[in-house]
Amino acid sequence: MHAVDSISYTLDEGDTVGVVGESGCGKSVHALSIMRLIPTPPGKIDHGEVLFRGRNLLELREDDMRRVRGAEIAMIFQDPMTSLNPVRTVGFQIMETLILHQDMDKGQARARTEELLTMVGIPGARNCVDDYPHQFSGGMRQRAMIAMGLSCNPSILIADEPTTALDVTIQAQIVELVKQLQHKIGMAVIWITHDLGIIAGLAQRVNVMYAGKIVESGPVKSIYGDPHHPYTLGLLQSLPSHGTRKNERLFSIAGEPPDLVDLPAGCAFAPRCRYVVPRCLKEVPPLEEVGYGHKAACWEKARISR
Amino acid sequence: MIEVATNDHNTPEVLLRVKNLKKYFPIHRGVFQRHVGDVKAVDGVSFDVYRGETLGVVGESGCGKTTMGRTIIRIYEPTEGQVYFDGTDIATLKSREMRELRRSMQMIFQDPYASLNPRMSVERIVGEPLEVFHLANKEERKQRVARLLELVGLNPNFMTRYPHEFSGGQRQRIGLARSLALNPSLIVCDEPISALDVSIQAQVINLLEDLQEQLGLTYIFIAHDLSMVRHISNRVAVMYLGKIVELTDQDTLYANPLHPYTEALLSAIPVPDPIVEEQRHRILLEGDLPSPANPPKGCNFSTRCPRKVDICSEVEPEIVEVEPGHFCACHLVQPAAATS
Ligand SMILES: Nc1ncnc2c1ncn2[C@@H]1O[C@H](COP(=O)(O)OP(=O)(O)OP(=O)(O)O)[C@@H](O)[C@H]1O
Ligand SMILES: Nc1ncnc2c1ncn2[C@@H]1O[C@H](COP(=O)(O)OP(=O)(O)OP(=O)(O)O)[C@@H](O)[C@H]1O
Ligand SMILES: [Mg+2]
Ligand SMILES: [Mg+2]
Repeated sequence: MHAVDSISYTLDEGDTVGVVGESGCGKSVHALSIMRLIPTPPGKIDHGEVLFRGRNLLELREDDMRRVRGAEIAMIFQDPMTSLNPVRTVGFQIMETLILHQDMDKGQARARTEELLTMVGIPGARNCVDDYPHQFSGGMRQRAMIAMGLSCNPSILIADEPTTALDVTIQAQIVELVKQLQHKIGMAVIWITHDLGIIAGLAQRVNVMYAGKIVESGPVKSIYGDPHHPYTLGLLQSLPSHGTRKNERLFSIAGEPPDLVDLPAGCAFAPRCRYVVPRCLKEVPPLEEVGYGHKAACWEKARISR
Repeated sequence: MIEVATNDHNTPEVLLRVKNLKKYFPIHRGVFQRHVGDVKAVDGVSFDVYRGETLGVVGESGCGKTTMGRTIIRIYEPTEGQVYFDGTDIATLKSREMRELRRSMQMIFQDPYASLNPRMSVERIVGEPLEVFHLANKEERKQRVARLLELVGLNPNFMTRYPHEFSGGQRQRIGLARSLALNPSLIVCDEPISALDVSIQAQVINLLEDLQEQLGLTYIFIAHDLSMVRHISNRVAVMYLGKIVELTDQDTLYANPLHPYTEALLSAIPVPDPIVEEQRHRILLEGDLPSPANPPKGCNFSTRCPRKVDICSEVEPEIVEVEPGHFCACHLVQPAAATS
């Protein structure tokens, strides 16, 4: 099964790219592949390159990769419990990376940890440094992970749905925090989400993924204003707008995401698509230019607009 | 104004009444595990839920939404206060009656990773409630599971697979299918869609609404996505640090928020339009979030409130009915009758 199938994009220093797509489409696998954190077996990276400042991360020795992972590319995971060690206090885990990668002593690391936890909005940070992850609420765990991810001032931050459990005021604070850090240390961000709202205010470019592939990619304004893939269009239309009333049905894309083990021939979106033509069921559409820096993978892309 | 299912007398029928509900978690420290204080996760909330309506609950992470949901359906014992379901004080129920009641009240959990047993197949997970209550034989169960999976947008062929083979969103849908298995009358939905992709969110919301109409379901819908809460709810309660600070019907809440926290919350909703986002002005809250183990003196929101005055850090504001059906707990907001 190809969880991620031949995707290519570039991320400029200091830029933010948003990655959106259906649950199960391979967003997390794509991020884990960049970080070389795919468990093998069963997973394997079949081919491809991840070039970071000219170096191919996929060819680095494991100990070099570990250094990149700790200090240069940080990842915030979707599920905080997989990356927080349940038998260590939250504070210990952040201090550990600071001591390891930033050459801090214990006192400095502790002070910095408290600062980071306060920065991401953890109430009474000083008092919960020594708490265990299970003593945190879901959202607090996510914030602790964000603090951990930002602790080493990484060059790239890969954020895998980091604000899903957070309320919008905190989300707004965190988005602001990330923007400030980008400004200050030139950090680039890959922000994985299914919330088109966040990306609109945060990213310069968007990659829309479907069934392991990028189906549309481009500058944020042209993706939102002039989408050319029926999936992107459907996503935008399915958001509740200010006008929609209770019991007024939301637009929803029909059907269900494909089983990646058993992908249809041709375009993977075809079974759910309103614009399907016979060709879609036979040939996979290539990702082709539809506007300046804007590409879409759809045979009927010329026919699709808002 | 409030559209709710009504009984013969045309007044909304109360299905669930929550009175001064509190849930504290004791904090123990030291070698002797001395009781040094409490996390006041839910600190005195009161409200009614009408039969057939959806009550949205929004609020900051850690403000006690999940704890409130769990205390209502008695996963947690309340520290104080009452919950009446269909007129009966739940605390007085015998274990048999409680068992029956558990069928009527279900919860969809927030964390799809922790709520599914990793050693069970999807068929067993979704079919288990039917098995526990002896509601179907093996073949019927299988068909029902297949239908439930289809309902939540999953391929019925996934039935033989195990939770680890699914992405986060797919797991959440499995949990949803499971909670629908017993046709409950009240479902506490704890952020049921936050892990789902938008196209599926819309499907699930449509599905929840369809099921509500068909089966007369009542929902308490906990979420942080305010635009979705607005769409699905009849009324919305805004929580802050263990308390309800504002409660009213959804139109009023969005058009005329009274509590400064509600205002900040509404201004922070991201708009899926880069051009709007560029020009938008946000009320960005500042200051430390207080901890529920050590709430501030006076109003809980006073440490972050942009409109704070002296009294706010001294006296805790009561929640009052400012206009008919519109409740708010803020010193700066007085009942219309008193000001005129
Ligand atoms: N360890 C695994 N073993 C087998 N299949 C897996 C494993 N991890 C992921 N998959 C499959 O790979 C596909 C991509 O999964 P991934 O977690 O990347 O999705 P995602 O886009 O991050 O979804 P979500 O939005 O739900 O997090 C899914 O179909 C999933 O079922
Ligand atoms: N079992 C527990 N033991 C101790 N404290 C707890 C427990 N469960 C929750 N808490 C605390 O109670 C408070 C409320 O937590 P709760 O999970 O109800 O918040 P929430 O509003 O659901 O947050 P989120 O949006 O992050 O899910 C938090 O401070 C949390 O740390
Ligand atoms: Mg994922
Ligand atoms: Mg919760």
